Amino acid sequence: METTTEQKYTFKDFVSDQEVRWCPGCDDYVILRSMQKALPEMGVKKEDVVFISGIGCSSRFPYYMNTYGMHTIHGRAPGIASGVKLANPNLSVWVMTGDGDSMAIGGNHFIHVLRRNIDLNIVLFNNEIYGLTKGQFSPTSLVGQKTKSSPYGNTQPPFIPGELALGAGARFFARIGGNVPKDITQILIEAHQFKGTSLVEVLQNCVIFNDGCFNNITDKDVKEDKQIYLEHGKPMIFGKNRDKGLVLNKLKLEVVTIGENGITQEDLLVHDAKEKDPTLHQMLVRLEYPIATGIIRSFNDVTFEEREDALTKQVKANSKFKKTDDLFFSGETYTVK
Amino acid sequence: MISDKIKLQPEVVEAVVIRFVGDSGDGMQLTGTQFSDTSAMFGNDIATFPNYPSEIRAPQGSLYGVSGFQVHIGSVEVSTPGDNLDLLVAMNPAGLKTNLHALKPGHTIIVDTDAFNKKNLEKAQYDTNPLEDGSLENYRVIQVDMTSLTKEALKNVEGLDNKSITRSKNMFALGMVYWMYGRSRDYTIDFFNKKFKTKPHLIEANTKVLNAGFFFAETLELIPNAYTISPAKMRPGTYRIIMGNTATAWGFLAAAEKSGLELFLGSYPITPATDILHELVKHKHFGVKAFQAEDEIAGIASAIGASFAGDLAITTTSGPGLALKGEALGLAMIMELPLVVVNVQRGGPSTGLPTKTEQSDLLQAMYGRNGESPVIVIAASTPANCFQYAYEAAKLTLEHMTPVILLTDGYIANGSAPWKIQSLNDLPEIKNRISKNASENWHPYDRDETTLARNWAIPGTAGLEHRIGGLEKDSITGNVSQNPENHQKMTEIRAEKIRRVQNYIPEIKTEFAEKGDLLVIGWGGTYGSLHSAVKQINEEGYKNIGFAHFNYINPLPKNTEEVLKRFKKIIVCELNNGQFAKILKINFNKFDFLQFNKIQGLPFGNNELIGEFKKLVD
Repeated sequence: METTTEQKYTFKDFVSDQEVRWCPGCDDYVILRSMQKALPEMGVKKEDVVFISGIGCSSRFPYYMNTYGMHTIHGRAPGIASGVKLANPNLSVWVMTGDGDSMAIGGNHFIHVLRRNIDLNIVLFNNEIYGLTKGQFSPTSLVGQKTKSSPYGNTQPPFIPGELALGAGARFFARIGGNVPKDITQILIEAHQFKGTSLVEVLQNCVIFNDGCFNNITDKDVKEDKQIYLEHGKPMIFGKNRDKGLVLNKLKLEVVTIGENGITQEDLLVHDAKEKDPTLHQMLVRLEYPIATGIIRSFNDVTFEEREDALTKQVKANSKFKKTDDLFFSGETYTVK
Repeated sequence: MISDKIKLQPEVVEAVVIRFVGDSGDGMQLTGTQFSDTSAMFGNDIATFPNYPSEIRAPQGSLYGVSGFQVHIGSVEVSTPGDNLDLLVAMNPAGLKTNLHALKPGHTIIVDTDAFNKKNLEKAQYDTNPLEDGSLENYRVIQVDMTSLTKEALKNVEGLDNKSITRSKNMFALGMVYWMYGRSRDYTIDFFNKKFKTKPHLIEANTKVLNAGFFFAETLELIPNAYTISPAKMRPGTYRIIMGNTATAWGFLAAAEKSGLELFLGSYPITPATDILHELVKHKHFGVKAFQAEDEIAGIASAIGASFAGDLAITTTSGPGLALKGEALGLAMIMELPLVVVNVQRGGPSTGLPTKTEQSDLLQAMYGRNGESPVIVIAASTPANCFQYAYEAAKLTLEHMTPVILLTDGYIANGSAPWKIQSLNDLPEIKNRISKNASENWHPYDRDETTLARNWAIPGTAGLEHRIGGLEKDSITGNVSQNPENHQKMTEIRAEKIRRVQNYIPEIKTEFAEKGDLLVIGWGGTYGSLHSAVKQINEEGYKNIGFAHFNYINPLPKNTEEVLKRFKKIIVCELNNGQFAKILKINFNKFDFLQFNKIQGLPFGNNELIGEFKKLVD
């Protein structure tokens, strides 16, 4: 784990001297500011924080953070971040990525980093479009979506990032709208605190190429009715009037109304993010109405580093080799005089 | 029985080449290793080369399922596994058929006659039995019913099934060869005792069969024990037999300890490089972090991450893997981070000849990246000096802050030879460029004035927080810069930084002649073949034939042109279509570089080289 600090930071300590160059109105600004506000709350030293990104709009992120950072190549940030963390487990390592970077060109690294459960954090800026290359469909674009590379409508069905992630073994998955900075900050703090790979999907509006793609989920006047914000240990309840909820009907989640058909709050499912079995978490990430947000899964598991560490300690304790000379002169050697 | 067409002459020789061949499951690699280790203990110089099919378990008896192990032992320095065989041990017809061409006329074949049955002859595509049809009359054939004799030797040993009995016939062959060359059985019997500690019946069985072979050869006075190979004159010191890939791995272990850094390997399995991964995963006791990634790209990516965070980071691969790593290598280059990429070359292009050797990745190593992206390229030239060049690669990358590609190849990576063990105290210092303290005017791209190497600030160091990446950066601050003049300046700095490495590498030396009629040039893993050929031709009375072998390719040694000038003709010999010759032509265009190229997945043969050289000087 990272060493904590007594030093009190403010968000300004994490603002770099570089001019931010995202399009005016982009949700990326919200994520940036939420991160700069979350970091002082994490109690981690500034010099122990590393941001790694690939390619895409979101991947400019490290330049704007006054920490260590690397803006690398398309799709490979999880591999690079894994190396950083394994070289120095004391660091708080963040991968900043987009839907194309993580699930198209970097799909292989994305699933494997989740499978391994190295203690690092991934923030996925999902805007269902390629921004930096100016408007092609991405692996999360909808069927029928008209883009620069699908003028008659997209014919490739999308990934649901949470479904892919849980399928790959993700222990921590959260989803949050790109317009709720306080919630984003809180979730980033929890992602940091989680031991293992955490994945935070932000539904991020692209004002230029896919403007309004999440309006019907994230707009202030609809979000309470369209989203269910999940909290561990609390009933699955949503709606402006807090009168809707989720129950399990056979093998499906079903929306019910409290007070109708004899349904009370007691009948609703209680969210258990810490459950090992991801079945219910999978149902939640696939749900089309309401859209599940908040921390959907947070299952504490052994990390890759813990396994490696235990083996290393064991091998070191039992080995007769302390220095390379011990190895080189061991076994079958012979002397020429 | 021994065919009596050839009169047996006792031989006293300085060096002998022996090849053991059989089915993949016949234990030929083990037999060969035991013989070479025993000979090394006896004091011979040795060079070995395994040759096995790419199929894991090829169908029994088939031509493509033949597995072989060649060993060259000598009382003189031996620098290659040898080309022409003095003794061929063939455990089946397929082995005989695929290897006979390498045997010197008049020399010896030992065969297991039990394996020469109708089925095996058909699989080996023999119309008639070569042991009976006279086709081997130019050789001395020792026919032994090895399988039957092995069964006989084991009839009183309890607890053995039929399969273990037939599988131990390789020890019968080894026993025979031990007797023929006056070798002791002790080393191998010790080996059985250790290997089968918990299975005493296997110790007994293997020892019995080894002894049976040994005594069989002794009893058959038909076999003359006339090959005497005395110990070689080698430099005093402590030696061990080492495989090229192991030596490479150990070179990095030593470099990590010397530089005070932890070693990180990010890798993905690929033939013939995987043994480096296999070796390094064992060494958790030294804190080695060997990470098997999901693919070649993640292998290098994780190494780049580890390098950013302050480890001595390496990635290992072979040709196709280097192609996949190209983009990431360019990233490490522009970020000016230390990183060693080992490419154990194999036959290409594409999947090519995975288990065969070639030197055809040289231009890929030099130029296989987008943009102007020079890196240091060096090459090991023998199984043992893989240690030295791995160490050197680590030293150069850490001191010059630029990636280094280390080229080896399947031939030296799988070959083994005596290595004079180098203690850490005897190795040169390695100074890393880690910035420890923050200062007011510190910048990530501040450089050492002489080497142009930048600083290395690693996460965890307060006050040195900075961002780097694949975009062009300002020459001092490292911030993103699209400035045209800055881009030109940075491109030139990155190239000049590599050029200046010339001041830190040894000059090229010629062997055998300093000036004269012909300069033979080679690089990398062909050292042994070229060295023996030039040595032999000089011994035959041709003076004035020099030999220059390159381990440093980019940059080339400072005095290269001066050496080229001293010879009338220059021939560049490579296991590719002339890639190093191209590099020399680009750099020294006033010389005429002749070429000798071989692209068969095989090393150079002595005779083909000598024949070529003679044509040029006669």
